[in-house]
Amino acid sequence: MKNYLKFGLLIVAIVGALAWLAVGGISETKTYYKTIAEVHQMGNATDKKIRVGGDIAPNSIVREGREVRFVLAQDNLKLPVIYSGIDPLPDTFKDGAQALADGKLGSDGVFRASKIQAKCASKYEAKPTGVGAKPAA
Amino acid sequence: MENIGALAILLAFCFAIYSVIGSLAGKWGNRPFLVLSAERAVYCIWALLTTAAGILIYSLIHGDFRLAYVWEHSNHAMPDIYKFASWWGGQEGSLLFWSWLLASYSSVVVWKNRRKFRDMMPYVTAILMATQTFFLILIAFVAKPFNVWQEGRLIVDLRDGNGLNPLLQYWTMVIHPPMLYLGYVGFVVPFAFAIASLITKQPGDSWIHTTRRWTLVTWMFQTTGILLGAGWAYAVLGWGGYWGWDPVENASLLPWITATAFLHSVMMQEKKGMMKVWNIVLVSTTFFLCIFGTFLTRSGVVNSVHAFAQSSIGTYFVTFLAIGIAATVYLILSRLDYLKSEAQLESVLSRESSFLFNNLILLASCFAVLWGTLFPVISEAVTGEKISVDGPFFNRVEIPIAMFLLLLTGVGPLIAWRKSSFESLQKAFMIPLGIGVAVAIGLAFSGVRSIYALMSFMLCTFVLATVAIEFVKGASAIRQKSGSNLLIAMVELTHRNTRRYGGYLVHVGVVIMFIGFTGKAFDKDTTVEVAPGTTIQLGNYALRTGNVVQTQNENYTSISLPVSVSKNGEELGTLMPEHRLYLASKQPTSEVAIRRRINEDLYLNFAGMSADNQRAVLQAYVFPLVSWIWTGYWVVLIGTLICLTPSRTRLIYPRTEVVGFAGKNVKVDQ
Repeated sequence: MKNYLKFGLLIVAIVGALAWLAVGGISETKTYYKTIAEVHQMGNATDKKIRVGGDIAPNSIVREGREVRFVLAQDNLKLPVIYSGIDPLPDTFKDGAQALADGKLGSDGVFRASKIQAKCASKYEAKPTGVGAKPAA
Repeated sequence: MENIGALAILLAFCFAIYSVIGSLAGKWGNRPFLVLSAERAVYCIWALLTTAAGILIYSLIHGDFRLAYVWEHSNHAMPDIYKFASWWGGQEGSLLFWSWLLASYSSVVVWKNRRKFRDMMPYVTAILMATQTFFLILIAFVAKPFNVWQEGRLIVDLRDGNGLNPLLQYWTMVIHPPMLYLGYVGFVVPFAFAIASLITKQPGDSWIHTTRRWTLVTWMFQTTGILLGAGWAYAVLGWGGYWGWDPVENASLLPWITATAFLHSVMMQEKKGMMKVWNIVLVSTTFFLCIFGTFLTRSGVVNSVHAFAQSSIGTYFVTFLAIGIAATVYLILSRLDYLKSEAQLESVLSRESSFLFNNLILLASCFAVLWGTLFPVISEAVTGEKISVDGPFFNRVEIPIAMFLLLLTGVGPLIAWRKSSFESLQKAFMIPLGIGVAVAIGLAFSGVRSIYALMSFMLCTFVLATVAIEFVKGASAIRQKSGSNLLIAMVELTHRNTRRYGGYLVHVGVVIMFIGFTGKAFDKDTTVEVAPGTTIQLGNYALRTGNVVQTQNENYTSISLPVSVSKNGEELGTLMPEHRLYLASKQPTSEVAIRRRINEDLYLNFAGMSADNQRAVLQAYVFPLVSWIWTGYWVVLIGTLICLTPSRTRLIYPRTEVVGFAGKNVKVDQ
């Protein structure tokens, strides 16, 4: 029985340590998913890390040194974004692409992004143009 | 043609249902001919799916753009190899590929066991074909690969297709998905045998012996697939990372972790008759995680950059998983009596205990990855707010786990079965631990400050030292007997017990990979906009840019930036990072230039032209030790292959005795 107690204690110690690490890790890195509408409602700047998604408004991308400014759009709502992260922007980052920006909302209403993910929206959803074709069996 | 393909899939679907019903009815009604016909149906399914796949590949290569799938994933300008790879480049095709692989595996299983395991095989066939039925439902009714473009009642023939996603037009992407799928699908087989042995209440561990090689081979495929994916991300995505804890990557890692745990814990069952329930749980978990991974990639349930399009396919997967898991849990619970352990744990300091903790740690890491991946889904269900966790979360949990695992890798193989003492441990580990600590102290003095990096290097050295000592010890014993040199003695040693020494080699490979991962702690990078002729400095490297070169072919246009590299004044040649624009999809990609060396990689990414089109945007990185990851992979591969070759322990000893008998050599070595 003494053996099983030893095993039990060791296992509890290991699992406990990992759980502690995990809980700390979650509270440190958690990011809230928000739509542009929700970001506008938040009004003032908060310390919450936010991930906001939308389409990159055409012709809005401006590069200045290491900084990149652009506008995220969803329906009629717009959100100006400044990206000044270390990682290079992905190749898929271009006008009209879907993008996810991670960062915090500044007090001037401009979103400061530290990470951008983008996916080429047209790739899987585009239909051939010119014909009113649709796939059928 | 597409009609024949669609028909073949429908027929395969009917055959799969027949095969499930036939083998079960034949078994229960004691009608061997039904069982036999069910097994033959398996071959028919393979033939039908091969036909369907053949037609799809033919259409892809010949550009039959009436088919929606072909239009979306192929075009005229692509090289043939990528047209072929488009088979698994999209949702419908990759499901067909899954199904075809499963049919191939099933045929091999049925053929190899046509005269063995007669009471178990009907269930094996039924489980394989039930899974097959599920995938055939998907490709026959939900995600159909043979849809054509239609306008009203007219079929439309489009002139050229969209092309395979340019990011996927890279050589590793041709073999990465098949490898991963071979690994995913392969786990159906051990699972089917495990469940069949549960149903038939088999005594002993016959399912483990029969599926040991399967498990190892599929594990090898999974490992290969994951590393090819990492290698692709590193060389193609342009940010220099090989792992980003993206949901899709995690999906491939989850079953790999449980499979690794399974490979270790089966040894406990083989040697000691312990952990029987646990092994069934592990093999089932691995199988369901394989299905879950496919689901995660396909359903768009979690946001990911490289997920396929969102689709309704998720509900089908959830249903299949729910039914499968419920049935498995019920079976295990109802058969607990047959799975009693034959021995008990005796000491915390024992081989058994090290296996136990190895499993605990692997499972904990699997759970952490799963938790992190599903966190947005869980948090939305619980709090109503969608919250995600990122790389830092995973690193924070997984790095300590990896350290502990490294420690066990060194300790486990040397510690005695049943019971060990502190004294014997001291004797065995003094030297390797000493070497590890010495290396860590040396590194600390030479300027390494990251505590994790130091720990990692210390543990890696420790494991390498323990393995080296094992090899040298065993080989010296042989050398004393045979008089051959140490290297030959080591080969001999490995050949005598391939599982043990092959396993050590796999450990060495993993350690080499970890040394590579640790290199991440020392990355350097810079991003600059440069005019032609400028020189920039990065660490010891001086980079001088030249004039942009433009080229074009029918698939893409490209601009390249020649960068001449010198290190400490010594000229090292010119690198040509390239920026391409694919014509069919209008998507840009970066073709990075990497100078790979064993100590560090110089990694250049040409990110395009600046806004005024006058200067080039160049990102330069130095990644230390990355090559060790790929080197480590090859060692793992060789080690696994050694594990798969049969030992020849029995052949050696009689031969030495024969020499003594003949009387020519009186001095028989002891």
